[in-house]
Amino acid sequence: MLAERFASLRTSGRRALVCYVTAGHPDRGASLALVQGIAEAGADVIELGVPFSDPVADGPVIQQSSQSALEAGMTLDGTLDVAAAARPGVPLVLFSYLNPVLAAGRDVLRRASDAGFSGILVTDLPVGADPEREQWIGDGPLAFVRLVAPTTPAVRMAEIARHGSGFVYLISRLGVTGARADLPPGLRETVERLRASCTLPICVGFGVSTPDQAVAVGSVADGVVVGSALVAAAAKSVDGAVGFVRDLRSALDG
Amino acid sequence: MSESAMQERFGAFGGRYVPETLIPALDELAAAYAEALRDPSFTVALDDALRTYVGRPSALSEAPRFSGRVGARVLLKREDLNHTGAHKINNALAQAMLAERIGKRRIIAETGAGQHGVATATACARLGLECVVYMGEEDMRRQELNVFRMRLMGASVVPVRSGTRTLKDATSEAIRDWVGSCEHSHYIIGSVVGPAPYPQMGRDFQAIIGREARAQVLDRTGRLPACVVACVGGGSNAMGIFHAFVPDPDVRLVGVEAAGRGLDTGEHSASLARGTPGVLHGSLSYLLQDADGQVHPAHSISAGLDYPGVGPEHAWLHDTGRATYEACTDDEALAAFGLFARLEGIVPALETAHAVAWVDARCGQWRPDDIILLCVSGRGDKDVAQVAQMHTFPG
Ligand SMILES: Cc1ncc(COP(=O)(O)O)c(C=O)c1O
Repeated sequence: MLAERFASLRTSGRRALVCYVTAGHPDRGASLALVQGIAEAGADVIELGVPFSDPVADGPVIQQSSQSALEAGMTLDGTLDVAAAARPGVPLVLFSYLNPVLAAGRDVLRRASDAGFSGILVTDLPVGADPEREQWIGDGPLAFVRLVAPTTPAVRMAEIARHGSGFVYLISRLGVTGARADLPPGLRETVERLRASCTLPICVGFGVSTPDQAVAVGSVADGVVVGSALVAAAAKSVDGAVGFVRDLRSALDG
Repeated sequence: MSESAMQERFGAFGGRYVPETLIPALDELAAAYAEALRDPSFTVALDDALRTYVGRPSALSEAPRFSGRVGARVLLKREDLNHTGAHKINNALAQAMLAERIGKRRIIAETGAGQHGVATATACARLGLECVVYMGEEDMRRQELNVFRMRLMGASVVPVRSGTRTLKDATSEAIRDWVGSCEHSHYIIGSVVGPAPYPQMGRDFQAIIGREARAQVLDRTGRLPACVVACVGGGSNAMGIFHAFVPDPDVRLVGVEAAGRGLDTGEHSASLARGTPGVLHGSLSYLLQDADGQVHPAHSISAGLDYPGVGPEHAWLHDTGRATYEACTDDEALAAFGLFARLEGIVPALETAHAVAWVDARCGQWRPDDIILLCVSGRGDKDVAQVAQMHTFPG
């Protein structure tokens, strides 16, 4: 489903809008409404985050959303339930740290697929870290979205591109997740370096927080990932978050 | 892939489960470490600093009155006599020298009891490096004296208010800093945990404890100890003293975890006794976690043991049966803290007191000619205020 979505975006010359939200945040019911709302507002892909107790790659906004979701009882299985209930009609990526995925057992990939997920992204499972488990995920029913960082050397980029599917998530800057006012210099060069060894669509995230930034990223990459800014908006109101996605969509298409 | 001479796994345990951003920094570190070990200018400078600044070799002491009580000959490896009062300086100083060598002049550390933070602040002061220490708010309260010491030596101590406000979240916060700063900062992890090459590197830098102790025991008694005992938080003092004895099949290796309020209360730090394999802070090891893979908060009276994970090499020694892991409660450790002070004139760190308590609990079960080598990982000065608040000692 991810492949078809990116193919149709490519044909129509549009940029993908990839939206991250934490499952169970701001609460279970609102989370469901949020997933459906942002799909209707024009998200092309939704990354649904499994809250984890120790999110080392995340800044304060996503940390807090995870903590409050956990306190309200959200789990990986709960995340699958949110997806199954929402059925938003756009591709869903299960976004998780490795430990909850391991704890969920061997059949978790199939269960995620049954719940409507078409991809998986594991924050702390970089390419080559654990070939056996990577193969398990790679051989499963979900596209395996891999990350490229600004520190990743060119040879490693090629390797990551070979091991990934769906799309490649390019982290645009050093550091944890969190909205930033500016875009990193050198982004265009990094995308071009990656493009030299990668045929998958390239989506850029980490820090994108305004429609203008989204447009700027869209001018160099195939897609834009918006996370912390959306989670921060959702913490205030679901309607506000949905409106934010609508603004991003129209800016990207404008 | 990530070419290096480093051992990334101990059996199935260990590995590098980190955000992609850190992979090149870990590659660079592993390569620089391997190269430094081959360079006499590094190893000679390190040996010299350990001798003339840390005060190595640390003494091996008899413990006559404690030995009389337990019914075996207990020998103490005195890491409490090191500069800054614990074994942590062995690793912190060596890693700070390594950081200097690779041109990283900003150092990040996490700390629980504050001993690793103090050791790192000390090494940074000596080498003129910037030092940022993450410490849980709860631990800053428990270990006020060490917070003051770190600041005195020019380190900035950043309070961590997320999650448990103890060592686990201090470690997460230090990793977050490093994800953003790895191009110019080096992260000195305080134990044998974290992604490769940290567990191996931390063990290698602490292995001097066991190398010295093995020679000292042989020299003094003409034989090997029956048993080597150390407390286990992340496991660095234990790995350090165990390492030289791993090839000696007749030497029993015992790690003592914190049983907190009791192993069955759910409030403890006994990752090996009660945990299951999982991934935290970059490696696969035993972990206190719930059925959903969420990390369960640890508890221990001692901030340095209050951690839900354990170094991957211990997980491997545990599974292969080469070492055994036991646990002592808060109350047992507190009693041993006072006992050791009265019998030996040594105030042990509360962490160390867990190892003392385990030996003491086996009073009369030892053979009289048994030699027990006990790692006194640190001194208890840092704990005196905390213990005074909750405990009244007789006399
Ligand atoms: C004196 C002392 N012993 C032991 C520990 C526990 O750490 P490890 O298990 O890595 O030796 C600490 C940690 O702060 C400590 O300060």
